Amino acid sequence: MSEFRDTELVRGLAEQLKRMAAPPATLMEVCGTHTVAIARYGLREALPEGVRLISGPGCPVCVTPQDQIDLFIALGGVEGVMLATFGDMVRVPGTTQSLEQARAEGADVLMVYSPMDAVEAAAKNPEKQVVFFGIGFETTAPAVALAILEAQRRGLANFSVLCAHKLIPPAMMALLESEVGVDGFICPGHVSVIIGSKAYEPVAARGKPCVVTGFEPADVLGAVRMLLRQLAEGRSEVEVEYSRAVRTEGNPKAQEVLGRVFRVADARWRGLGTLPGSGYELAEEFAEFDAARRFEVEPPKSVEPAGCRCGEVLTGLIDPPECPLFGEGCTPRKPVGSCMVSSEGACQAWYRYRRSE
Amino acid sequence: MSEERVLLAHGDGGELMAELIERVFVARLGTGDPPGDDSARIEGDGRLVFTTDGFVVEPIFFPGGDIGKLAVCGTVNDLAAAGARPVALSASFILEEGLVISELERVVDSMARTAAEAGVRVVCGDTKVVPRGTADGMYVTTSGVGKVPVGVAVSGAGARPGDVVLVSGTVGDHGLAVLSVREGLEFESPIVSDCAPLAGMVGALLEAAPGVHVLRDPTRGGLATALNEIARQSGVGMEVVESAVPVREAVGTACELLGLDPLYVANEGKMIVIAPEGEAEAALSALKAHPLGEEAAVIGRVEESARPRVTLRTALGTHRILDRQVGEQLPRIC
Repeated sequence: MSEFRDTELVRGLAEQLKRMAAPPATLMEVCGTHTVAIARYGLREALPEGVRLISGPGCPVCVTPQDQIDLFIALGGVEGVMLATFGDMVRVPGTTQSLEQARAEGADVLMVYSPMDAVEAAAKNPEKQVVFFGIGFETTAPAVALAILEAQRRGLANFSVLCAHKLIPPAMMALLESEVGVDGFICPGHVSVIIGSKAYEPVAARGKPCVVTGFEPADVLGAVRMLLRQLAEGRSEVEVEYSRAVRTEGNPKAQEVLGRVFRVADARWRGLGTLPGSGYELAEEFAEFDAARRFEVEPPKSVEPAGCRCGEVLTGLIDPPECPLFGEGCTPRKPVGSCMVSSEGACQAWYRYRRSE
Repeated sequence: MSEERVLLAHGDGGELMAELIERVFVARLGTGDPPGDDSARIEGDGRLVFTTDGFVVEPIFFPGGDIGKLAVCGTVNDLAAAGARPVALSASFILEEGLVISELERVVDSMARTAAEAGVRVVCGDTKVVPRGTADGMYVTTSGVGKVPVGVAVSGAGARPGDVVLVSGTVGDHGLAVLSVREGLEFESPIVSDCAPLAGMVGALLEAAPGVHVLRDPTRGGLATALNEIARQSGVGMEVVESAVPVREAVGTACELLGLDPLYVANEGKMIVIAPEGEAEAALSALKAHPLGEEAAVIGRVEESARPRVTLRTALGTHRILDRQVGEQLPRIC
């Protein structure tokens, strides 16, 4: 890995970029990990004049709609339920409270690094009903699918998943319809390992070049250079900078597991609304593992936080500081919107690394 | 609206905790002295300092230490951060019914060894036992009194533009060591806590460079949070050079895997030293000459700034803010 962080290499790339006769361009990174890498390494300083990077709907916590968050928090109020989730979700404000506050009031909340940890928790606590919050994209979905298969194999009737998984390519197609004005996409490395670079061909066919890349500074700058070259030459193709990990076809094994456990369905996104075929629900055969069917709860009527413009941030319509709450009413310490809570959120990345610019 | 409650994040050493301390404790118990340093001066001439620290680490034994060693180091190092040599310690134990006595003995043996290493004794203490389930194993609180040598005046408010920022060794070791046992993570080379009493190293440092302006042990919240506290207390800016901050390779790799930044991970045997330019070299040599400071390095500089802030110069030569910790979720690391 260190070679991709090699200072000389990265500086050389930055020099080349600066010298490129590039047209002005707006490039979108569709992945929270890229958002963080760009902010953390200060990569915007290394871009040619007129080239702008904007963040897209690539942060799993951020794109999860308010009502699904409220439903998950409400499940924590069911007698005997233990909620299991990735740590980033714990501080996201729900309509009436966050998981962190629910935990302080007695809800049983387990933070896990992997969905398999939630399966283990179910095995260890047979008196509990363990509910895992399945959020994220094609990257996390295979691990959740495997966890469900494992729970089935072990006959764990006390494990279920609240399924809120989303798919990246349909969201990119939806952005083409919006007024954002993206000239090209920096496509997510991890997601593409699973789905393959071919998944972006429909986007490229609509005249927007796509480059799949990794998360080191050299990867991101390399992808920017490839996109600018395509734009300068009037091409619109899917190219892979991250060829050390990504294949055209992706990972057939992971795709097979996804196809078995999930079914593609319409999904609601924060900021984008309902997009056809943009998410997963559990396949009928695995319906018994669906927490939304297993429990009957009455979540509070979901209300988006007043004044919060996460939706526009997520779709690249505004940069985080253009939200009137940014840094004043909304900080990582007292977040109003999910983009400020998640470590992969565009607002938190901007706040942490760039706020006095 | 439900009542406001204490959250785990109130204990993470970051902004929420600072706010809780200000709003609840300083508001009611404040002495009028500016808060911010870990030890309080309690005698007219300011030579005698006093500090206290509670320990709830889980598990109580971890690679490189245990709760007993940690409890002695924590208090000795808070005294050292005031420039003081430890004079006496106290120790209080809250034990859970059912705790294995031989484990308690191991912990207290370790405390005795560490205190001897730091040249101090535990002179008083207290023991309470609570019913099973109302505590987790054991909690330890230590307090300590120390004496500051004549001519030494360190304070978190003492950083001045032009000063040089040093750290006494690699960062992130303690937090990662505890986390790796807790999460059952195994790495090629085991990650060991840096837990160590720094009284001796600081004594040698202050002999060589008595004009040092600031000492601070970067525990919870890590190097980044401690530097931000100093910047705020002193009303200055700082620039830190990312590539100059020593990080053990295994710690760096593990952090990457876990999505952590070593600059925010807890240390229990490191000291941040801010020295006037003229004494920086002497300070660095003194640190390097001590076994606990062999990997000491100059990592940055104090700057004039309209508002307190810390910036990081990345390996690329670009700049970004190095903020203090917000809401990382690593409870019970110390």
